[in-house]
Parts: sequence; structure tokens; C-alpha cells
Amino acid sequence: MAVTVRIPTPLQRLTNGQAEVQCTGRTVNELLSDLEKRYPGVKERLCDEQGKLRRFVNIFVNEEDIRFLQGDQTAVKDGDDVSIIPAIAGGGVGLLC
Amino acid sequence: MSYMVGLKCRECGRVYPKEVIFVCEFCFGGVEVDYDYDAIRRVFTKAALANRPKSIWRYRELLPIEGEPTVGLFSGFTPLFRAERLAEVLGVEELYIKDDSVSHPSLSFKDRVVSVALSRAKELDFDTVACASTGNLANSVAALSARAGLKRYIFIPADLEMGKIVASLIYHPTLVAVEGTYDEVNRLCAEIGAKYPWAFVNINIRPYYAEGSKTYGFEIAEQLGWRVPQHVVVPAAGGSLITKIGKAFKELKLLGLLDEVHTKLHCAQATGCAPIVTAIKAKSDIIKPVKPSTIAKSLAIGNPADGFYATRVVLDSGGSAESASDDEIAEAMKLLAETEGVFTETAGGVTLAVAKKLIEQGVIPRDESIVVCITGNGLKTQEPLMNRLGQAARIRPTLASFESELASQLADAPTRR
Repeated sequence: MAVTVRIPTPLQRLTNGQAEVQCTGRTVNELLSDLEKRYPGVKERLCDEQGKLRRFVNIFVNEEDIRFLQGDQTAVKDGDDVSIIPAIAGGGVGLLC
Repeated sequence: MSYMVGLKCRECGRVYPKEVIFVCEFCFGGVEVDYDYDAIRRVFTKAALANRPKSIWRYRELLPIEGEPTVGLFSGFTPLFRAERLAEVLGVEELYIKDDSVSHPSLSFKDRVVSVALSRAKELDFDTVACASTGNLANSVAALSARAGLKRYIFIPADLEMGKIVASLIYHPTLVAVEGTYDEVNRLCAEIGAKYPWAFVNINIRPYYAEGSKTYGFEIAEQLGWRVPQHVVVPAAGGSLITKIGKAFKELKLLGLLDEVHTKLHCAQATGCAPIVTAIKAKSDIIKPVKPSTIAKSLAIGNPADGFYATRVVLDSGGSAESASDDEIAEAMKLLAETEGVFTETAGGVTLAVAKKLIEQGVIPRDESIVVCITGNGLKTQEPLMNRLGQAARIRPTLASFESELASQLADAPTRR
């Protein structure tokens, strides 16, 4: 078992075209590190030089925005659904991506 | 001659060509127009501006078009006037109203952004324009695209005021009333925009569109004699206007037209939809979306696109934020009309009510200069006033009926004999 992570269209080039991938980790931060190991280059698109999640990247754990949970320290467990959704300045959620 | 260099990500600084790009492909940040300020500095002087037409296009070096403006040639340069009677009621010394309730052609500040957006859309070879709107933007796109000969699709929440619906339909656009909130309309438009090759003024050509709001700030400075007030109170829906007023003052300083800018920007929202105010009060840059419930429908954006930037510009300026209830909004609309003869829409009521509150709280000192931003016209939002105003005295067409019905007012009135 692992956590299912939904990848937005602009990043699917890095995941060999997959819209959903399986990752492991106890927190969102660990998930992102695992994601980077499997698909190098993903993390720099999601996090800035300090490793902080970029402002216009929203991550949802089971439909809940992690900004209102514990940020990248939010706990995840096997079977959880994690979505990465770019917030588009001016266009709501990332449907155009 | 164009001074627009290209587009640049506000977050990571990556540069892009001046095309239809509104989000950074790398980090998903918003992109913004970049100008050649060194070249602009040589031609953009007070003397050069003095002889130009009284419209937003007098500031064209700082607007994102390549050729001559083609849309909205009469928009902008609305009155800025000293509001002495209102100042007396509020107990302040120096108060001004910047009055976009008389903007040409559609009676709101949106004519500024739409004039720029449609001029740019034509340059980018679009034949169809569209928008997601809480009403004013709909009116402006409908009006200006009619004259520009563009096809137009306009998306609004279905529960808008009748005035705003009529003031869109008259121009015969395709008006689509969506059963949902503005945020749902906006989200739908993002989907539609991904499928149809239209210029959605506030989505895919937003970087160009948003620059039009700077002209509101340029005009405040120029009309005050090339100085800026100590306080500006600005209504916020998506948060773009307040951000761009801040940018306008910075650009004028950068270009040497203003000496110092110490203006505190204050953000006004309705209590029933105040995500930006909430963030500013918490000194946080996280905008928590809300479900709007307010009579100020033009400000009812629960998930503001520029909320983060608005929060930052207000906090950086040393400004503040406050919200107003429905009753306070209606009272402020009446106050502005009774003292200054300006009939503003509910959003203007929000702005004035918040200004009043900030003055009463001592956040805005009574001896400092204040500009209150009035951005729309009250004829469009009459519903909330229906039961809050007095009634006309109804009489028969005779002198006797007149005098009996108005006996109390006429008791002390002087007569001719």
C-alpha cells in the first residue's frame, strides 16, 4: 500500500505522462522527497530554493488544503489521496494546466 | 512606440514573451508586464503629460499595448474632488473622493482595465472576448466590445442586481447567468477558456488587463498636483485594484514624478465577504476562501485571485483593513449622496463605511490627507436601498394638496407675499 498522488498536467512530463503515481512517506514533506527520488525534477517545480512549498502550489490531503492542516508536516498514511493543484492567479484552480 | 518588454513571473522572475501567458509555466506564479523604465523616464514627464488627452491613455508608456490605443479612448480621468461637507461629518481635515461612478462608458472603474484588455486583445488578433464578472466588468466588456466590434461572451452569477443585468443585455452580448457564486463562474470560465480560443479579459489576458487599474493611482497623484495622500481607502474584490494603486505610486516615484511615497493603503471589504481583510488583520499571507453573503455583490469574491498581493501591498505600506456590515454599507451610500451628491453603488458604501470606521478607531488620524476610492455607480444596485430611503410625498396637482401634505416643512418657509 502507498499514498496515491495526483499530478497536474504541467508536471506530467516529469512523471512519464502519468496523472497518478504511488509514493510513500509519513508526511507530505516525505512524500515530496520520495516523489523527487522517483521522478527527478518534480520537487524544484513545487518548492523554492529553501525547500518551502511554492505559493501557488496547493496540496490537498483527502480533499483538505494542507495550509489548514499542518502544512508540509501534515501526516499521511497508506490509502490517502493527495492532490497537487496549481492555483492560477486569476483563474481559480488549475484547470487550464 | 511600445515600452513593454515582455512578461515576468512575479514569484520566480522567469521572463516570457508578450503573448497570451498568464501563469508561470515553471512555478505557477502569476506573470506581470515588464517595461523599459529607463526609456520611459526620458519621455514620461509632467510637462509632456500636461498636453495629453484626459483619458487613461495619457499614461500610455506605462500601459501594455504595442501600437495606438483602439478601445476606450474616453475612459479615465474621472473627477477627484475635495469633499468638504463629508469631511465635516467625519471630523477630518483633508478628504478627497476619486469618483469613478461617472466613468465612461459603463459607470465603473472597470472601464480602465477593459479598455486596456480589449486594445491588447485586438493586437493579439482575438475576435472574441469574454469575462467572468460580478457585474461591473460584465457591463464594461459588453459596452466597450460593442463599439470595438468584437464578439463577446459574458458570464455572471445568476443572482446579480437587475441594474447590472440590464446594463449588460442592452449591448446585446451573449450573457450567460451561471447558477453559482462568482468563484464558481470563474472556475467554469477557466475551463471554457481552455477549450475555446477567446480572450477572457480577467483570466488569460489578465496580465495586460490588470495594468489598467494603475491609471486610477496615476490620476490620484496627478490630480492632487503630483503628490500622494497619506491614506487611500480602496475596496477589494479580487484584490487587484489596491495592488495596482500601490504599483502606480511606485512607478511614478521610480520615474521621478513623485518625490516621496508614504501612502498607507487601507483595504475595504464587506463583512459578509472579507477574506483579504481577515488575512491582513492576522498579518498572514494565507487567504482562506469564504462563501460570500453581502449586499455588496460586486465585491463578493470568496477566493480572491490577487488576495496574496493585496495583503502584501497593504502590510508593506503600513496600512490596515476593515469590513462593513450591510447596514453600514447602506448608511454610507446615503451619507455620500447627502453630503457630496454622489450616488455610488454598494461597493462605494463599503469603502466609505470602512473609511469612517478607520477614522473613528484612530487608525487614520483626523489631520492627515485621505482619498476614498469610489469605483461604481448606485443606479446599478438599487435593490438594497428600496426599504432604506424615505418616500416621495404624493399629492394631487393642486396648491392646496401641496400645502396640506407638506404642512410641517412649509410652516417656517418664507413666501413671496
